[in-house]
Amino acid sequence: MRSFQGETLSWRVNEGTIELLLDRAPCNEIGSATLGELEKFAAALESLQTDAHALIISSARAGGFCAGADLRELYERSQELRAAERAPAVRDFLERIHRVMNALDSAPLTTIAAVHGVTFGGGFELALTSDLIIADKMARFCFPELRLGLIPGFGGIPRLKRDVGNAVVRDLLLTGRSINATKAQSVGLVSQVTAEGDALRVAHATAAQIGKFESETAIAAKRFIKPIPREELRREIEIFCELFTRPAVEAGLRKFVESTDALPYLP
Amino acid sequence: MTTLEQTTEDILQLAAKHFKVPRAELDPTDDFFKKLGINSLQALDLLTRIEQHFHIELPDYELQGVSDFRTLAERIQSRL
Repeated sequence: MRSFQGETLSWRVNEGTIELLLDRAPCNEIGSATLGELEKFAAALESLQTDAHALIISSARAGGFCAGADLRELYERSQELRAAERAPAVRDFLERIHRVMNALDSAPLTTIAAVHGVTFGGGFELALTSDLIIADKMARFCFPELRLGLIPGFGGIPRLKRDVGNAVVRDLLLTGRSINATKAQSVGLVSQVTAEGDALRVAHATAAQIGKFESETAIAAKRFIKPIPREELRREIEIFCELFTRPAVEAGLRKFVESTDALPYLP
Repeated sequence: MTTLEQTTEDILQLAAKHFKVPRAELDPTDDFFKKLGINSLQALDLLTRIEQHFHIELPDYELQGVSDFRTLAERIQSRL
């Protein structure tokens, strides 16, 4: 499919760039509908990239790039299942999202996440699959999963470890705090910081620059500098599934879903 | 050395500008969630603007339980 308009996202090829636009209210939470459409995109990627040298992932939502996994859906679906069925169900979801993330990570064309606002949890993990993250100055990055009794489950820890030092990995993971775009750039997560509202324009300018180079060389360079940490990604799924069935996680999810606090991301 | 009063005033002006509330209607003791009518996303937006303005990092866990401008200014002062 050269272009696609779904319920949660759309894509098209424009002047050698594949534009993947996330657009699900309120802030692109990734649940089964988004996952299904991301799988369609991953399946279409091989044919799309024959006419493209770059992929830009961005968000149409004012609140941000992506607030992560759809915790309400996760909690509600989990409640519908018997206890013994929950771990297999969450494992199935993780296996599917990992296949999508790995396809994006290893795509031979150059990938750019143009992010703004909330880039949390699974949204941060999606951005981390990209070769370059270009961030609006108002973007914030966070791994809030420990607040729920979980670890990031969409490949975040291995990809974060690939890109930055242990001090940053531990700080983000163990405190669950958010950092702004300037900090993210200073630690090596973000390639460029833009003025408010300018991340997508800069991403297109960057894609145009990348398009000037011979694609075979770019592909070879990417393979050399960006290995996929497959063993750690597998281990992440195992740890997530081990943690998921504990009562503390159910309590954490319930607390989040039922929260009316002004800052539900804080413990 | 920036004083607590200067820091408080800077925050009040930032909040007034970005949430379109007249500065004269904001008081250091106000609950900024209620006064500005902001949600969690907007609170993060305010945090980012504060970090940029003061050139500091302010971990969001330091804002736990903080809801008035003066206490927020005290947290910022400890990072200047």
